[in-house]
Amino acid sequence: MSKKHSSAVPAPSASSPKPTSEPAAPQKAPAKPAQQVTAVEMGARQREISVSEFFTKNRHLLGFDNPRKALLTCVKEAVDNALDACEEAGILPDVTVALEVVSNGEPVAPSQASKFRITVTDNGPGIVRQHIPRIFAKLLYGSKFHRMRMSRGQQGIGISAAGMYGQLTTGKPVKIISRTGPKAAAHFFEVQIDTKKNEPLVHENKQIEWRQPQGTQVTLEVEGKYQKGRASVDEWLEQTSIANPHVRLVYRTPEGETKEYPRTYHELPPSPREIKPHPYGIEFGMLLKMLQDTKSHSLSGFLSSDFCRVSPQLADEICRAAKVSPNMKPRDLKGPAAEVLYRTIQNTKIMAPPTNCISPIGEKAILAGLYKQIKGEFYTAVSRPPAVYRGNPFIIEAGLAYGNRPEDQTKPQQPAQPKAEGEHEEEDSELARVIRYANRVPLLYQQSACATFKAVLNTTWKNYGVTQSRGALPGGPMVIFVHMASVWVPFTSESKEAIADYDEIQKEITLALRECGRRLGLFLRRRERAASEFRRRNIFELYIEEVVDACDRLKGGTLQKEKLKAQLQKIATSRTGGLKTDEALGKTGAGPEGLPHSIIVTAEGVEGEVELASRIEADAAAVSFSGEAGRPVAEKPADKPSRGKAGQMALFNKPDGPNRPDRPNRRNRPNRPDKPTPRSAPRGKK
Amino acid sequence: MTTKTKKTTAVEKKLIGLADIVIAAADRAKDPTFAIPIRALSNVSFNPRKGLIEMGQKKQARSFFNVGMAKKFMQTVLVADALSELQRADLTTSLREIYYRTKHTIKDSHENTFDTQDESDPVIEDLEVSLAALREELHVRAENSGSIVGPVVFGDDGDRVDCAKLGKGGYSVPSIVEPEYLEIRRCTADFVLLVEKGTQWNRLSEDKFWRRYNCVLLTGNGQPPRGVRRLARRLHEEHRLPVYVLVDNDPWGYYIYSVIKQGSINLAFESQRMAIPKAKFVGLSSADPERYELPRNVGIKLNEKDIARAKELMNYQWFQKPAWQAEIKRMLTSGLKYELDALANKDFQYLTKKYLPRKLKEKDWLD
Ligand SMILES: Nc1ncnc2c1ncn2[C@@H]1O[C@H](COP(=O)(O)OP(=O)(O)O)[C@@H](O)[C@H]1O
Ligand SMILES: [Mg+2]
Repeated sequence: MSKKHSSAVPAPSASSPKPTSEPAAPQKAPAKPAQQVTAVEMGARQREISVSEFFTKNRHLLGFDNPRKALLTCVKEAVDNALDACEEAGILPDVTVALEVVSNGEPVAPSQASKFRITVTDNGPGIVRQHIPRIFAKLLYGSKFHRMRMSRGQQGIGISAAGMYGQLTTGKPVKIISRTGPKAAAHFFEVQIDTKKNEPLVHENKQIEWRQPQGTQVTLEVEGKYQKGRASVDEWLEQTSIANPHVRLVYRTPEGETKEYPRTYHELPPSPREIKPHPYGIEFGMLLKMLQDTKSHSLSGFLSSDFCRVSPQLADEICRAAKVSPNMKPRDLKGPAAEVLYRTIQNTKIMAPPTNCISPIGEKAILAGLYKQIKGEFYTAVSRPPAVYRGNPFIIEAGLAYGNRPEDQTKPQQPAQPKAEGEHEEEDSELARVIRYANRVPLLYQQSACATFKAVLNTTWKNYGVTQSRGALPGGPMVIFVHMASVWVPFTSESKEAIADYDEIQKEITLALRECGRRLGLFLRRRERAASEFRRRNIFELYIEEVVDACDRLKGGTLQKEKLKAQLQKIATSRTGGLKTDEALGKTGAGPEGLPHSIIVTAEGVEGEVELASRIEADAAAVSFSGEAGRPVAEKPADKPSRGKAGQMALFNKPDGPNRPDRPNRRNRPNRPDKPTPRSAPRGKK
Repeated sequence: MTTKTKKTTAVEKKLIGLADIVIAAADRAKDPTFAIPIRALSNVSFNPRKGLIEMGQKKQARSFFNVGMAKKFMQTVLVADALSELQRADLTTSLREIYYRTKHTIKDSHENTFDTQDESDPVIEDLEVSLAALREELHVRAENSGSIVGPVVFGDDGDRVDCAKLGKGGYSVPSIVEPEYLEIRRCTADFVLLVEKGTQWNRLSEDKFWRRYNCVLLTGNGQPPRGVRRLARRLHEEHRLPVYVLVDNDPWGYYIYSVIKQGSINLAFESQRMAIPKAKFVGLSSADPERYELPRNVGIKLNEKDIARAKELMNYQWFQKPAWQAEIKRMLTSGLKYELDALANKDFQYLTKKYLPRKLKEKDWLD
């Protein structure tokens, strides 16, 4: 086996179409050069303990390193699956996530609790009864690993690992309800993993009444820690909602609140097509495995049928160049000869893979997500055309939400505190926030290792009128959105937290960010122009008082002050106001020039993708009036609003690390009287 | 603050005139605008006949309803108000006190009328030039930073001040030396020696140079303040004393001399009252190091700013005399400047005992 294999996630064994002669997942190579028999024995022995041992050893690789992250990982695996399933089945997803504190008797505050029940319900296609136990109680069982298709889950290790984690930490089985349609019965399962055999143990299996006509519900009990703020379940769900505005998401927090993220985009993303791997994207270990697994009987047949963009002629050509017979049995190609073939493939000119297998979020949907979730003045989104890295097609998308809503800017100022000499208005030191996605899944950890983050740092934001210190994020109230969609997202590690830094990927991200930045710059310049008109009138108003008072004193207090004030104010308005201000604000009906796929919010209303914006507003408003969606929640704190749309969350809040107590949300929509939010102090104007 | 009984309302009337401009413009729905003479090289000219820098006619409009000028306009009215208050109360004050008097936070804002004194000082100068009122007339005094010693007797607030009997410290020159404030009762000196640096003035005073050569020693500690310049001018005018200027040999020293002689660019309109066109430059000249055998190692290398400034001076109309062009060029070619203090290299009393006596004897000065 190549070195590569020992560090990778073990290859699936039982789910392979055909058990291979090699040990499935040798964690360690035999210490001494051993005979075939010994190796097999060892392999067999290792397999007996493999599942639980593998899990315990690789907890961190799978995202269960600590209780807080584990809680998030469990939610994430279940939600990813729900969304994948709905989208594959062509259903607009309706997903409910409920977190409950599990206590034995004594009620525990969510922040103090150590055990949680996670219930994720979807309206997806449901799961055929026979598959349920293995899906939920057998590691490395899934439908997505063996294909090249863009999806959230990739390795068939997600939900069963979460189940296993629950089982190890609480001893509780995974509970599943699933129904494949209104005419089918709903099945209830309680399953656990037999950790020795990596086989499911079914504790309970019965038909039940279920109010949902179709879908799946998974309930896990796990050890965890609930804490809001950075990298929390709350943040993850919120970011999920931004990148997936076609999803209606309801979240019942452990505190008994119900947050609803309405669906603001009513089309499903186009279903991504499955493709065969491109020869450039294959690693040597993978090639060896494919040589073993293939159904083809000849090497050239293998090359042309198991890969994309390899015609039979090209396959023959490759074989000739690698000095191997096109007719030899693929399984017989081993050792140095296989390596030669691998290198020959990499050096052969092969057409780039088809790119229609990727389904980007799309500019409109990104705008919808950002607009729904973030209160700003300016939104824009860019989807790049498909590109290819190492034979894998991918698409980069970027978006921006910038600024404070006009209503936030005009909030009452604090009484003026006289400033001493040398004292200045507080500088605005807020930094932009980057939200990152791979195949629509938010990435919350390892930001600085991520190609997206590096690209943000490497973009010269100063060119677009935004402050930026050297080597730092741009400054200002800004959220930068970056999404990579690909059949195979290159993560820096198995825990799928940061995107690896390939040149092609970096370049695409940079291009997308530049276009966002360019549009932001246009917007800012336009706003600056309008603001200077506004400021002009304001300073005149301030100074008129001063001038009139001084004139009055000069005239020995004999002046008709009010008359002079009125006269001067009239001159001020006629000199600066009227039509000209509207022109500067770009309100002459011309619309935001040079700003495609953008929304601009001003005190007077919305511009750009107006239709989209007003539909989102309508969707959001509908939520506030919809009936009680959740079941009654016990112990509702009286002073805390228990439901309502999950408004612009802490996106702009400063990244103080996960231990930061959650600050009051300062960017709630004011047209929601049911949620009075304490405002933080007004931010200084520059 | 000094209180004086003085009844001139002319200045006050001019100040009230600013309010009238605002009121009249508002009545006619016009943008209130002050015309302020430009205080820059572009608006001064050298009158060779009078030997004075004179201010030209160029004026700058300061309009209220112009974003760039609105604040300055407001500040101008505020300062005018404060100045008129001084007139009414018949008080004098300092630039700094005016700054504090006019500083406050504008209602309903975080904005101060003035943030630093650097904002209010130029406004006062603007008013001086646009109202053609001297700073003294506006009742604004500068800091006292000049000294005088020698055979001259003043009357100050009724006190008799004999500058020959004040030891080596001398009399501190007030910032306002107009006859109403300072009376020259008697003066028997033969000339005035105006020294740039306090240290050299101290040397001369300690050595009683003034007694030996029957002169008045004046210093302004650097660029001489108005009081010192005005006093030198009065001694020159009223008592016919020639004025000699002793400065460091560097571009700054040349400029100090030129301000004493023909007035400053910034306040050219005051030249009439301040300048002493007949003042002479005794030193330190760029020819002196050679003539007085100062070693090269007590010189200081000219820096880039010095060189640029020197070249600028050479272009001024009032430095066009061949002797001056040669003087400055000589400095530039040597690449060195010399402080008066460097004379101590030869002897602590070299200035008193050798340098000045020889200068005066040889009449070695520049005009
Ligand atoms: N909520 C669900 N609805 C329908 N199918 C599901 C659901 N959850 C999981 N599955 C199926 O179970 C498989 C295994 O899921 P998982 O262990 O998370 O691995 P992966 O998502 O990486 O394939 C998925 O590939 C999918 O076919
Ligand atoms: Mg999954």
